[in-house]
Amino acid sequence: VFPWFGLDIGGTLVKLVYFEPKDITAEEEEEEVENLKSIRKYLTSNVAYGSTGIRDVHLELKDLTLCGRKGNLHFIRFPTHDMPAFIQMGSEKHFSSLHTTLCATGGGAYKFEQDFRTMGDLQLCKLDELDCLIKGVLYIDSVGFNGHSECYYFENPTDAERCQKLPFNLENPYPLLLVNIGSGVSILAVYSKENYKRVTGTSLGGGTFFGLCCLLTGCSTFEEALEMASHGDSTKVDKLVRDIYGGDYERFGLPGWAVASSFGNMMSKEKRESVSKEDLAKATLITITNNIGSIARMCALNENINRVVFVGNFLRINTISMRLLAYALDYWSKGQLKALFLEHE
Amino acid sequence: GGSLTKLAYYSTVQHKVARVRSFDHSGKDIENEPLYEISVQEEITARLHFIKFENTYIETCLDFIKDHLVNTETKVIKATGGGAYKFKDLIEKKLGLKVDKEDVMTCLIKGCNFVLRNIPHEVFAYQKDSDTEFRFQTNHPNIFPYLLVNIGSGVSIVKVETEDKFEWIGGSSIGGGTFWGLGALLTKTKKFDELLQLASKGQHTNVDMLVKDVYGGAYQTLGLSGNLIASSFGKSTTADKEFSKEDMAKSLLHMISNDIGQLACLYAKLHNLDKIYFGGFFIRGHPVTMRTITYSINFFSKGEVQALFLRHEGYLGAIGAFLKGAEQDNPNQYSWGENYAGSSGLMSTSPDVYPLQRTRSGTFDMLEMDRLERPLVNLPLLKDPSTYIPDTVDLTDDAMARKYWLTCFEEALDGVAKRAAASQPDSMDALERAEKFRQKYWNKLQTLRQQPFAYGTLTVRSLLDTREHCLNEFNFPDPYSKVKQKENGIALKCFQSVIESLDSLGWEERQFALVKGLLAGNVFDWGAKAVSDVLESEPQFGFEEAKSKLQERPWLEDSYSQWLERLKEGPPHKCALIFADNSGIDIILGVFPFVRELLSRGTEVILACNSGPALNDVTYSESLIVTERIAAMDPVIQSALREEKLLLVQTGSSSPCLDLSRLDKGLAVLVRERKTDLVIIEGMGRAIHTNYYAALKCESLKLAVIKNSWLADRLGGKIFSVIFKYEVPCK
Repeated sequence: VFPWFGLDIGGTLVKLVYFEPKDITAEEEEEEVENLKSIRKYLTSNVAYGSTGIRDVHLELKDLTLCGRKGNLHFIRFPTHDMPAFIQMGSEKHFSSLHTTLCATGGGAYKFEQDFRTMGDLQLCKLDELDCLIKGVLYIDSVGFNGHSECYYFENPTDAERCQKLPFNLENPYPLLLVNIGSGVSILAVYSKENYKRVTGTSLGGGTFFGLCCLLTGCSTFEEALEMASHGDSTKVDKLVRDIYGGDYERFGLPGWAVASSFGNMMSKEKRESVSKEDLAKATLITITNNIGSIARMCALNENINRVVFVGNFLRINTISMRLLAYALDYWSKGQLKALFLEHE
Repeated sequence: GGSLTKLAYYSTVQHKVARVRSFDHSGKDIENEPLYEISVQEEITARLHFIKFENTYIETCLDFIKDHLVNTETKVIKATGGGAYKFKDLIEKKLGLKVDKEDVMTCLIKGCNFVLRNIPHEVFAYQKDSDTEFRFQTNHPNIFPYLLVNIGSGVSIVKVETEDKFEWIGGSSIGGGTFWGLGALLTKTKKFDELLQLASKGQHTNVDMLVKDVYGGAYQTLGLSGNLIASSFGKSTTADKEFSKEDMAKSLLHMISNDIGQLACLYAKLHNLDKIYFGGFFIRGHPVTMRTITYSINFFSKGEVQALFLRHEGYLGAIGAFLKGAEQDNPNQYSWGENYAGSSGLMSTSPDVYPLQRTRSGTFDMLEMDRLERPLVNLPLLKDPSTYIPDTVDLTDDAMARKYWLTCFEEALDGVAKRAAASQPDSMDALERAEKFRQKYWNKLQTLRQQPFAYGTLTVRSLLDTREHCLNEFNFPDPYSKVKQKENGIALKCFQSVIESLDSLGWEERQFALVKGLLAGNVFDWGAKAVSDVLESEPQFGFEEAKSKLQERPWLEDSYSQWLERLKEGPPHKCALIFADNSGIDIILGVFPFVRELLSRGTEVILACNSGPALNDVTYSESLIVTERIAAMDPVIQSALREEKLLLVQTGSSSPCLDLSRLDKGLAVLVRERKTDLVIIEGMGRAIHTNYYAALKCESLKLAVIKNSWLADRLGGKIFSVIFKYEVPCK
């Protein structure tokens, strides 16, 4: 049976893909259960669902061929805390009558399995999230982005004027280090389609950025947090090498602009009183991003891999972090490591 | 530093030492004269002092320096740390000295190498949920290479390869400043210590998203436990919920500690290192952060890397700056020893725990190190210097034994103080000083009851050594000098008759009598009045009585038959090294006849005695006089001395116990030159409290009589049980 849906239930966000068939024959149309029709119509004719569900229209992949079917792939997301409402909706729209398997991954596939069964009369097909992650990366890169390249990198990432987003050919991807930044971070070394290992992970991820921003600035959405960060100045919050040594610390080859202590200036009462919420949001973003870059770089060195692909929803609409990762990896590895990104991160 | 000024200075200390000098006996009435002359002299030794002041008392600190600065040729003061810039003008104005700023990291590493090399039990691992949270490490003969992770406001990771070669290999901006700064923003709590206190009361699971919050349980395929943090602050992603200060502080502490631990492990792996020392204000004396860092290192390295901490970590920069200033004198060419009397011990940095220590305003933590006359090295015959542990029982670990020994030392204290006062009958202030000594040692014992780990691993040896250091501090250099003098004189009078009776025995009988004689010297506490009375009237009888007190064979530990077999069947030993114990009967009637027998067999003998006095142990200088007198009576000893087949050396120690990893270099050289193949250690202090399990590369004899019923009970025997342990290294 063609699955139609794919679900990834993360710690903060649920990611749903829906394959909308465009090759439906008249015969099929007739046979199609009414429920599927209405679900298809509901999903494809809206861009927002309830108060929190959103379809990323710009990411839609058109005219795909999948398992012999032609159609469009849609990308939808909503917060994990709305899972009960989602299951409720599935139940109301009689999803179970579709006789399709609902393939799900992410921790929520385990956490909500029981709810799906009892509330929605649905049997989930649970899949391992790292397996799915790698399959997804390889697939999405292979089909391309409606004729464009899926994978890209930044040239001159620190130079606002010369910085350029350029396509990257990921045809021979192995070995690669895959850094998935969701609420937390998982780092995988991938040697072939089937051969990969989880190298390490860190709890300082997207959830940490968002969580700290909520506490520090009172914001309530990820988008809001990013927006604030884009207007802030983290050097008011962080203590830089030059704040301590007056310039570069040559003994250790540390440039003056490097952050010596994240939030280090906040040890002083006066400085705490003089920073803005935007500055704090920016500093949080820089802290988390630099730390992920640093851990990823050390893993790449230990695993002897020089291509690092960063994915995950922390990077969605987050150009500041992507460019910072690109720069940090390049600078601290003296050009040995390359940071890569995907349009459908 | 940011909140404390750590001061390191060098001084010469005048203190009293007991000296012995042989009389010119020609034409005098030998019978009624004491054996030798005892005099108390002033001696000058070098001492390194380290003191901490709070920065708020910087003026007090500078006054202190001014008062103590006796060398008018001092023109420069070396300074490091952020305050070197901040207080530069103040220091220069007040002291009239030029401030010479030194690089922080260079100083830190110089200081680190110095303490790793010179302070036993400097390094410890933190163990949570254990009766004693601190596990001290034995000093490894080779301290390099290691990783130093300094957690100040940021994190610096430095790889140290040799004394002068180190490299900054990485760092992180998420450090103590992040905990402090972000913590202050989140909780409105301003002080670092208060933030740590908040954290220790909080529940991070209210703020952090755990694996089980995402999965409903563990992530089984990866074996990630449900309690693992998936996303730090992952639950605070909402504007409409309040979180407690405590919970946020705890979450922050975990986040930062885990992150530092993870990076440290990644660097350790990349550079193939397994020793990581942590320092910096984030760690300094805070069990909370030591605990979280240790957890993180264990988790991320899967137990392959050990998180280690240093007792004197807070002083490293000051020590390094001092060493920079003293480069011409090269303090590294000397050996140094911690003076327990003048050091306040671990954890005194927290004024809550130890308010008593704050006698001087602004200072509450001190360390003193004495420069030793001669360098100390490993005994070359140690089987594995890196795993050698001198002490038999770790009292930090063994609560029952700790209680017993602390009480034992407490109960004996009045007697020791009395003896000290009595040893200086002509001194006006002896009583007063004895009382001060009593008070000081009593306080040390109370500290150790509260914090057994204050001076490293607590052992019977450290308790004895601390007592000696305290006695010295109050100018009681050798309370037993007169007792020893008298006993040596009495025992010498019996020497010839003991030799005669031994010579009349058949070979096999004689070997047993020699061993019994050696053991008998250990039986009595010669300080006890009843015993000295007997000795004075009938010394010969006392020695016989001692022999009769000995346990009958089989002894508690008995490999005498193997020893006899070895003497019978094997070739004579090339050279024997003997560590002597008590003065008087022990050395003269026990050890010397044994030495004489060895010499007669063709075995050379190195007789090692303590450099300085401890209890009634024979000192090197006493042993010289005693040997000279024996040689005058005994041709075997005389010719052995002349032909340099009997050699007297000093151990470099002033302890009633024996640390084979810190011995006089001259002794070590001689042991190697003479191809020593037998080591004899006698007495409770040297063969039971220490070295009972010491493994050597050559044959060894450890013998002692157990004169303490609790210890005898522990070892499964009775009082006056005999330990005779003959060991041959496995081939």
